[in-house]
Amino acid sequence: MKILVCISHVPDTTSKINFTNDNTEFDTNGVQFIINPYDEFGLTKAIQLKEAQGGTVTVLNVGDNTTEPTLRKALAIGADDAIRVDAKPSDAYFVAEQIATVVKENEYDLIICGQESIDYNGGQVGGMVAAMLDLPYASPCVGMDIDGSTATVLREIDGGKEKSKMQLPIVIGGKKGLVEEKDLRIPNMRGIMTARTKPLAAREATGAEARTSAVKFEKPAPKADVKLVDNVDDLVNLLHNEAKAI
Amino acid sequence: MAVIVFAESWEGKFKKITHEAVSYAKDVANAEGTDVIAVTVGSIDDDASSLGKFGATEVINVTGDAFGAFNASVWAAALNEVAEAKGAKHFVISGTNNGKMIAPMLSVKANAAYISNAIEVPSNFSPFTVRRSAFSNKGLVDYQTTAEKVIVGIVPNAIGVKEHGGDASASSHASSVAADSKSEVLDVDRVKGKIPLPEADLVVSAGRGMKAPENWNMIEELADVLGAGTACSKPVSDIGWRPHSEHVGQTGIQINPSLYIAIGISGAIQHLAGVSGSKTIVVINNDPEAPFFKAADYGIVGDAFEVVPQLTEALKSFKANQ
Ligand SMILES: Cc1cc2nc3c(=O)[nH]c(=O)nc-3n(C[C@H](O)[C@H](O)[C@H](O)COP(=O)(O)OP(=O)(O)OC[C@H]3O[C@@H](n4cnc5c(N)ncnc54)[C@H](O)[C@@H]3O)c2cc1C
Ligand SMILES: Nc1ncnc2c1ncn2[C@@H]1O[C@H](COP(=O)(O)O)[C@@H](O)[C@H]1O
Repeated sequence: MKILVCISHVPDTTSKINFTNDNTEFDTNGVQFIINPYDEFGLTKAIQLKEAQGGTVTVLNVGDNTTEPTLRKALAIGADDAIRVDAKPSDAYFVAEQIATVVKENEYDLIICGQESIDYNGGQVGGMVAAMLDLPYASPCVGMDIDGSTATVLREIDGGKEKSKMQLPIVIGGKKGLVEEKDLRIPNMRGIMTARTKPLAAREATGAEARTSAVKFEKPAPKADVKLVDNVDDLVNLLHNEAKAI
Repeated sequence: MAVIVFAESWEGKFKKITHEAVSYAKDVANAEGTDVIAVTVGSIDDDASSLGKFGATEVINVTGDAFGAFNASVWAAALNEVAEAKGAKHFVISGTNNGKMIAPMLSVKANAAYISNAIEVPSNFSPFTVRRSAFSNKGLVDYQTTAEKVIVGIVPNAIGVKEHGGDASASSHASSVAADSKSEVLDVDRVKGKIPLPEADLVVSAGRGMKAPENWNMIEELADVLGAGTACSKPVSDIGWRPHSEHVGQTGIQINPSLYIAIGISGAIQHLAGVSGSKTIVVINNDPEAPFFKAADYGIVGDAFEVVPQLTEALKSFKANQ
């Protein structure tokens, strides 16, 4: 089975978010970048599937060369090879076009994305890739079994779960549940050593055009100080009369 | 022209979130001098014209063999079919689990730009500009597009329902969209008699401070009095005290209720990432230094085991006097 794991390179969850250049750009200064947490679940799932059923795991990122350490980390965790489409990931549509192009050339059986990137929280790329290639799509995907050319996928719906049977190839938008957190793979010494020699190919972007752009950033207004109350009647009163929440 | 809004339903009834999406679509339509067409897919028992109150002029029910169990690609094709027939340029889709699957697929099928996570009505129409949330609510971004067609995905509960008043005509449309032969729903498992979390307008949430699963009785009681959904912190669902479907935060479900009551939760940054979009946050914690107080609007420093039952009682009398 040929598996493609799409990885976005995002600020660490604990990063302070600042903007620069007159609030038109995200300030990457001092920000630690990581594999998008949702993609980490997908990567581990891909490695588990490969171990159980054979095949290859390719990781893909659309980004400039600053994302290479993130791809190397994915190789150290256990991917076989990496592809970097050398371009600024200007919007989801542009990124999806790049991914779809790579998939068309390589005929993967399984394309694993995350339910969303934790930077822009778009939740767009996976669904776009699926629609571009006319493949089944499941997101947020919290479980997947593969049997021959059939996948059984579990996805979250509002207030529950939905189980479907899908014909490979498919695209998923994964999250925790795909594998459990305790089973997440982390790079070990041997992985880090072998990752240095695993193939990481950079390729040119196809000429798709972004459809959307971020023009202005702002930080949410800081919360006013908490109002501490010392009895529940005051709280009910405030919730009713001031917050108008009840 | 017209603005198409996806009128999502569950078991034949419109979701509450649908009312919000329709009223948002009406704001867009007003600014553009056009009307709202609400599109429902599959069987619906609710009175379709009820959406008129929120601003729909027309409610179209798409019917056909393809619309049994949910399939995002098929649903997207149906929305696109109606949009093309009506010459619609704008779509509004709520960011529910189904909406978030339909919208990106529709964006490819309809050749439309897609801006997700919108939290305000568009501030400009040439070029189309709308404010969205990003960085797990740590940033606000104005997104712009010059595309001819635009899909706006809205964050549930962020904008609120607005009654615009009016009547809607209801009709049905026999669709030519084919079923998806590559994908089949086998089973749907949904909690009964509870408000699904992403839709709950009021949420009572508790963390490790509750000490043991049996202590959730008082949390459930408080939620019952309020008519609220229940949520929990990650460790609580990890140990199995509560189901995973209640886990909110960075790695769980993101919610934006109008009221979030956090009981015995410390307020770690990953927890806040899922709930900081809530309009009003109440924190009950016995540690005055708990970080959650910094993100709260109201707080009670106290023992949950005393405060929660008192709060339930106080709310009962409040409700009785309403
Ligand atoms: C990558 C990553 C992702 C994560 N994702 C999430 C996520 O999605 N959601 C999430 O919730 N967490 C997440 N976490 C975990 C998060 O960092 C915290 O560990 C977790 O939120 C803490 O849960 P808690 O507040 O219930 O427990 P604790 O941190 O143990 O806090 C318990 C609180 O209860 C209070 N308390 C104790 N007794 C009482 C009492 N009698 N009355 C009142 N208050 C009392 C204490 O003062 C304390 O503040 C993530 C962590 C990582 C590293
Ligand atoms: N620049 C990128 N390169 C590769 N994959 C990406 C990129 N951006 C997004 N993805 C994939 O698409 C998923 C959803 O991202 P998004 O639509 O940006 O929220 C991510 O979890 C990744 O799997």
